[in-house]
Amino acid sequence: MSIRTIIGLEIHVELSTKSKIFCSCSTDFGSTANSQCCPICIGMPGSLPTLNKKVVDYAVKAGLALNCNIARESNMDRKNYFYPDLVKGYQITQYDQPLCKNGFLEIGQGKNIKKIGIKRIHIEEDTGKSLHTNQDVTLLDYNRSGVPLIEIVTEPDLSSAEETKEFLESLRDILKYIGISDVKMEEGSLRCDVNINVANENGKSFSNITELKNLNSFKSVVKAIEFEENRHRLLLQEDKNTSKETRRWDDIANITISMRSKETEYDYRYFLEPDIMNIALSEDEINKIKETLPELPRDKRERWATIFKLPEYDINILTSFLELANFFEETMAYYNSPKKLSNWIMTELLRRLKEEEMDINQLIFTPKDLAELLDLIDKGVINNSIGKKVFMEMFNGEGKPKIIAEKNGWIQIEDIKVIDEVLRGILRENPHSVNDYRNGKDRAFGYLVGQSMKALKGKGNPQLINKVLKKLLEE
Amino acid sequence: MKLELYNLSMYEIKKKIEKKEIKAVEVLESTLKRIESVEDKVQSYLTLTKDIAFCKANEIDKRIANNEAIGELGGIPMAIKDNICTEEILTTCASKMLHNFVPPYSATVYEKLLMEDGVMLGKTNMDEFAMGSSTESSFHKKTRNPWDISKVPGGSSGGSASAVAAGEAFFALGSDTGGSIRQPAAFCGVVGLKPTYGLVSRYGLVAMANSLDHIGPITKDVTDCALVLNAIIGYDSKDGTSIKRDKIDYLKTLNGEIKGLRIAIPREYFDENLSEPVRKALIEAIQVFENLGAVCEEVSLPNTKYAMAVYYIISQTEVSLALARFDGIRYGHRALNYRNIEELVKYTRSEGFGPEVKTRIVLGTHWLSGDNYKEYYQKANEVRKLIRLDFNNIFSNYDVVLTPTSATAAFELGSSQEKSLARQKIDKYTVAANLAGIPAISIPCGFDKGLPIGMQLMGKNFDEETLLRVARAFERNTSLDHKPSL
Ligand SMILES: [Zn+2]
Repeated sequence: MSIRTIIGLEIHVELSTKSKIFCSCSTDFGSTANSQCCPICIGMPGSLPTLNKKVVDYAVKAGLALNCNIARESNMDRKNYFYPDLVKGYQITQYDQPLCKNGFLEIGQGKNIKKIGIKRIHIEEDTGKSLHTNQDVTLLDYNRSGVPLIEIVTEPDLSSAEETKEFLESLRDILKYIGISDVKMEEGSLRCDVNINVANENGKSFSNITELKNLNSFKSVVKAIEFEENRHRLLLQEDKNTSKETRRWDDIANITISMRSKETEYDYRYFLEPDIMNIALSEDEINKIKETLPELPRDKRERWATIFKLPEYDINILTSFLELANFFEETMAYYNSPKKLSNWIMTELLRRLKEEEMDINQLIFTPKDLAELLDLIDKGVINNSIGKKVFMEMFNGEGKPKIIAEKNGWIQIEDIKVIDEVLRGILRENPHSVNDYRNGKDRAFGYLVGQSMKALKGKGNPQLINKVLKKLLEE
Repeated sequence: MKLELYNLSMYEIKKKIEKKEIKAVEVLESTLKRIESVEDKVQSYLTLTKDIAFCKANEIDKRIANNEAIGELGGIPMAIKDNICTEEILTTCASKMLHNFVPPYSATVYEKLLMEDGVMLGKTNMDEFAMGSSTESSFHKKTRNPWDISKVPGGSSGGSASAVAAGEAFFALGSDTGGSIRQPAAFCGVVGLKPTYGLVSRYGLVAMANSLDHIGPITKDVTDCALVLNAIIGYDSKDGTSIKRDKIDYLKTLNGEIKGLRIAIPREYFDENLSEPVRKALIEAIQVFENLGAVCEEVSLPNTKYAMAVYYIISQTEVSLALARFDGIRYGHRALNYRNIEELVKYTRSEGFGPEVKTRIVLGTHWLSGDNYKEYYQKANEVRKLIRLDFNNIFSNYDVVLTPTSATAAFELGSSQEKSLARQKIDKYTVAANLAGIPAISIPCGFDKGLPIGMQLMGKNFDEETLLRVARAFERNTSLDHKPSL
């Protein structure tokens, strides 16, 4: 019997707006508990929510990037339940009229492309956070209360842990690209619930859906799915159906544990939010948002593979975030060797940025400067290792590469007379090595090249040094 | 005999202060003296803010002495219903739940009144969380009708209406969810206005039923009403339902003619529930309008008969959610003994809310649960649209709608508990305006055995101008110049 796995996702994404969804409090992560609150986001009596227009824009951006239909008119609802970190006794969300509907995201390559349906995307507010101390005290932090979220609900189109991972990674890249979230799972800005069950190929028998909660990394998503997949398959084979339930993933024991039976689902008593007027979007507004969408990662990778002919590995790194991809492309406008540029960016540039804990936006030099530097190397004006020194100076804001090289006297020595003279000196000072070389010890040659380079203060043209050295040794 | 200042209208007081005939402090002292002598009987206030009042009155006098400009309400003592948040002043909603709640922020309307230099006297009594029509569900005290202290002042803004009627404040703010400004205004013989939804910011008004709640003035006469309305209207970015419009000066057109104006008299509002004295007073009022050249015609508002049912379902539903935030965790009352969070919330709510509030929460929860949502709540909303449509149709032909405010004059204290159904019938003339969001005003139009009778005028959305002009025309051409003899 062949068994198929059916997976659907509910993904909460924290939007990176500067202020909360219904008030002007900051959304910065990691601030002192309860330092980012006001009467509105802690639901004080008499306070009223006013919708942050940016939140709608961001959600529409996500909807457009995920090929959704955007509702020209939608509204907000109240979802009712009691919880101490829920300040109003209800959460403001969208129920029957989400902002975005019926989209898709493609995963896989070539013939194996698969469309994963996006059922809906809606906006809502986050709740506060309960902290339980070991003295059995519950403390509440409302900094997150009112932080804007979108919930993305997929169709049950995914069929394996692998696919799910690919989907989530692709989704993460897109959301980061369009600049609406920093999508950090460890900071809770991307949270994923998985609905999973299995069915035999003819669809006649299937297990009941399990909802997996509290998955806080891509790794745990994969492991939890694999675990559940197996559990469901075994149960189905033994003809023992699972019960419809919510389970959580235990990261230490590597198992899922039942939290509650789905049958006792809460009656949320959804209700139209009277304090916020309908959200109306004109064609014009939607088009304006559309214009702000960048080329999405998948399209960019395809285009780069064709025009730059770079290895997949390079492309994946260079397109991993938009600013980097833009930097690469801007540099390519002044330079014509993609692979060489790719190497420089992946090694020198990214390493320096990491060391300095800097963002690519903070770079002092321009793409044009980097192109000029590589050009100087290609033309032999400076050699590769001097190039790295020049790069450091550029990084520190010392100016244009040519000027840096000139100022420091790093321009490569091309004068054969100068090189000849210096090399003769080196040979005189190292009779031992000369002897070694003539006795067939090749290592001595490398030593002599090194000494020559040192004497030329690194500015010698390496090819020239090789040539002259060989000639002198054979004299 | 020296004319007591508290007997004057705020408009008259304003003129006297501006002309330097009297000082703001004198006005305040006169009002406080009045409060001292009648408050024991009337019980309008929950909190008095004498220090704040003196501070402001002195400041205003100083500014006038220095020939500095003062606001439109400069030096006028005012009262605020206790469900409107006032920074650093207790705001209890007349509930045990908020008995200790001092908001760290102010309602937009209160800020606006302070900007116009109103002098804050205190917070007035009300039905708990604005639920009731007699101010008897207050946790703290029972307010009495200044015309007859054996009668209720109406509700839920009973304290505001009685304070103005008794001369304990020159004007007061109330809130109106189904008639809570107009009905007590009618019972206390004063003017009460519920403005168009969205004209006056609700920010800082502790919600009862968000889509029906309004803030409005209770004043001695129509001119004062226009004066207060001028001060409190305007777009507020803190209220998502606030409407951007050009500001209007309601005093400008107030005394205009009403000749040729078309007044609709809906027959559904003149049914068998109406008491005879009220009917008589209204028929006389219609005569006054006709004498002034207005055209009065009988019309039909066919969906009015559903207004009460729809109002109860929608308001109770919204109540059940609006009050969900009172859990004892961040502010207000908290139960002392509990073992876990669930008990904390449960006991807090059980102890903090009074019976009227609990009843409505339970009913509201019921209207939303499971299939009831479709059966009741959705249907109620559909009928609400029909009621709006009724008014739209009428207003395509008429300028205002004239009805009674209440079927009877004020009733006995303690009588509303056992006659809750009868009381609901009393409310039935006012709720439709809240469902439709249109402006409505109640003005005194006669007496029944010494108790005031109110007439309600409803207008087109944002056409408070016409409403006030019609009300003022009636006031100018009638003489109901009695005062309660406290
Ligand atoms: Zn806030």
